[in-house]
Amino acid sequence: MENLVEIENVTFGYNARPILKGINMTAKRGQVVAIMGSSGCGKTTLLRLIGGQIKPSKGLVRVAGQNVAELEQDGLYELRRKMGMLFQFGALFTDMNVFDNIAFQLREHTSLPEEIIRDLVLMKLHAVGLRGAANLMPSELSGGMARRVALARAIALEPTLVMYDEPFAGLDPISLGVIGNIIRRLTDTLGLTSIVVTHDVQESLKIVDYVYFISEGVIEAEGSAEEMRASDLPFVHQFVHGEPDGPVPFQYPAPPYAEDLGLSL
Amino acid sequence: MSRAWLDLWVGLFVAAGIGALMFLALKVGSMNTVNKDESYQVIAHFDNIGGLKVRAPIKSAGVVVGRVTAISFDDKVYEAEVTMTLEKRYAFPRDSSASILTSGLLGEQYIGLEAGGDDVKLNNGDRVKLTQSAVVLENLIGQFLYSKAQEGAGN
Amino acid sequence: MIAPLRVIARLGRYTLDGISRTGFAARFFLATLLHSGTAFRRFGLTIREIYFAGVLSLIIILVSGLFVGMVLGLQGYETLQTYGSESALGVLVALSLVRELGPVVAGLLFASRAGSAITAEIGLMKATEQLSAMEMMAVDPVARVIAPRFWAGVISMPMLAAMFSAVGIFGGYLVGVVLIGVDEGSFWSQMQDKVDFQADIINGVVKSVVFGIAVTAIALFEGYDAPPTAEGVSGATTRTVVTSSLAILGLDFILTAFMFRGVS
Repeated sequence: MENLVEIENVTFGYNARPILKGINMTAKRGQVVAIMGSSGCGKTTLLRLIGGQIKPSKGLVRVAGQNVAELEQDGLYELRRKMGMLFQFGALFTDMNVFDNIAFQLREHTSLPEEIIRDLVLMKLHAVGLRGAANLMPSELSGGMARRVALARAIALEPTLVMYDEPFAGLDPISLGVIGNIIRRLTDTLGLTSIVVTHDVQESLKIVDYVYFISEGVIEAEGSAEEMRASDLPFVHQFVHGEPDGPVPFQYPAPPYAEDLGLSL
Repeated sequence: MSRAWLDLWVGLFVAAGIGALMFLALKVGSMNTVNKDESYQVIAHFDNIGGLKVRAPIKSAGVVVGRVTAISFDDKVYEAEVTMTLEKRYAFPRDSSASILTSGLLGEQYIGLEAGGDDVKLNNGDRVKLTQSAVVLENLIGQFLYSKAQEGAGN
Repeated sequence: MIAPLRVIARLGRYTLDGISRTGFAARFFLATLLHSGTAFRRFGLTIREIYFAGVLSLIIILVSGLFVGMVLGLQGYETLQTYGSESALGVLVALSLVRELGPVVAGLLFASRAGSAITAEIGLMKATEQLSAMEMMAVDPVARVIAPRFWAGVISMPMLAAMFSAVGIFGGYLVGVVLIGVDEGSFWSQMQDKVDFQADIINGVVKSVVFGIAVTAIALFEGYDAPPTAEGVSGATTRTVVTSSLAILGLDFILTAFMFRGVS
């Protein structure tokens, strides 16, 4: 299988604070790839690098063979039409109803007649099970529904790559299962490539083909879902089983407790 | 809100805005600035123009017939040179006289144009020779006091 | 570092921050102008924003205009009658409104009604990643979101100022002529005599266009530049009202100095 996304030795930091330190990673066509790690470890930054919203300070990001950092605005926009992105809280346009949200890209980038747009939008909505909610405003949707609408919007132009930023955050167990299911099904039926950024291990291990674990800007472990479940690397073990203490310590680095309290031993 | 309602409201808004502008242009202000094609200019020299300003009206028999368009100082004769733009439809004899008058006690100053008896009319660029300067209150009071003093000395 | 040095260092930091922010604002303004094509090609987008910036500001503009005009009529009459020149009431009301109060008060109201709404909306779109999402959909948010709002503000402001003046003059007429009994003929004729189309009305319109540009540009920039948090957006909204009000008053002084220099 061919690589759709290739990340080679990427380093990135805001100001002087490094967030990513030499990341290598690939996503093959037709795969669901998960990027896991604790909060604030630079997972979302990775997605922004792939989308070309920020440029790496060192290293290469290639999507479909093109170096993202070197593209001009036109080339970048051309590339982004083949990408869909699901933002953490959906990022639906609050001044439009569900239908118009999904029709947005079709209206901006194509000159299709309104009847065809209507059919396409209803198809996308049907795929996420919300055809009946076409006329609701985003403020009338529950968190899970908003996420599904955003998903329908992300696939509106039938992209080859879809990125999901924390698709499971803050959802009830039912919605969680529904979203996971949709991601897997869409990837298989539409022949997409999916990159899922998440810290929800149990839910994502059910649907992914390949997993990268990131901690403090470096890749700690990678492999298929089964390999990760069986892994005895301390970091992966702690993460998969949700143990409070381990390689990722419970305590934020601090001087010795007794010393801080002024006790002399 | 549907697109049609939106368009209607914005249409009403723009119409009301243009209506307000038309109201200001036609009812509140007037196109006082005399049109160049329909006017001619004459100049007049005054010893003292007092508080006369550019755009002050020029009246004849109380009717506005033009505007002051420029005021300058002529350093050859040490007099003020006032350019008056008059409407073409009003013609004045060459020996007309111009005087600077005040509307009311504290009102603004304007130029009163008094028609003469000559058959030849004023043309563009002509000069009004007979002029009377503004009445300056200080001078008036000075004269009054002087004449009173003279009277006193005479007795 | 010793204390005086620290103060000087802080002064330097503020200066540098201020300069870089000004530079960013200038680039943002330039980008808005350069990406204005969409706002005119798809004028429906701009029409929608005229509704939000202009039509929704109508009530406050019309009511304030009426009252300002009525107060001018009342106060003006009190002052003018001491000199026996009540007939100049129309001139007083019209000139104050057309030259100054119309553009300035309408501008201040526009800043607090429409300007703050624009900042809050853009700031919220940024905080909820809607602008980012648009960018990822290969749609330029400056062309699609910012520019239509900018032109809507620039178009709405002179309309609102003209309506403010017109309604205000009507208010002055109500109090002066209908209520107090100033002669109607001299009210209107003296007004027409003294208010010049070119010098007074056109200059008033020019002022309102400049204020429209200033308020809308400030509101859009503050929203776009707001930190993506709740406090960030609310702080930006306040800054919009303060900054654009000061900008209106400052610009008004400069414009007045240039426009009415040498005119009675």
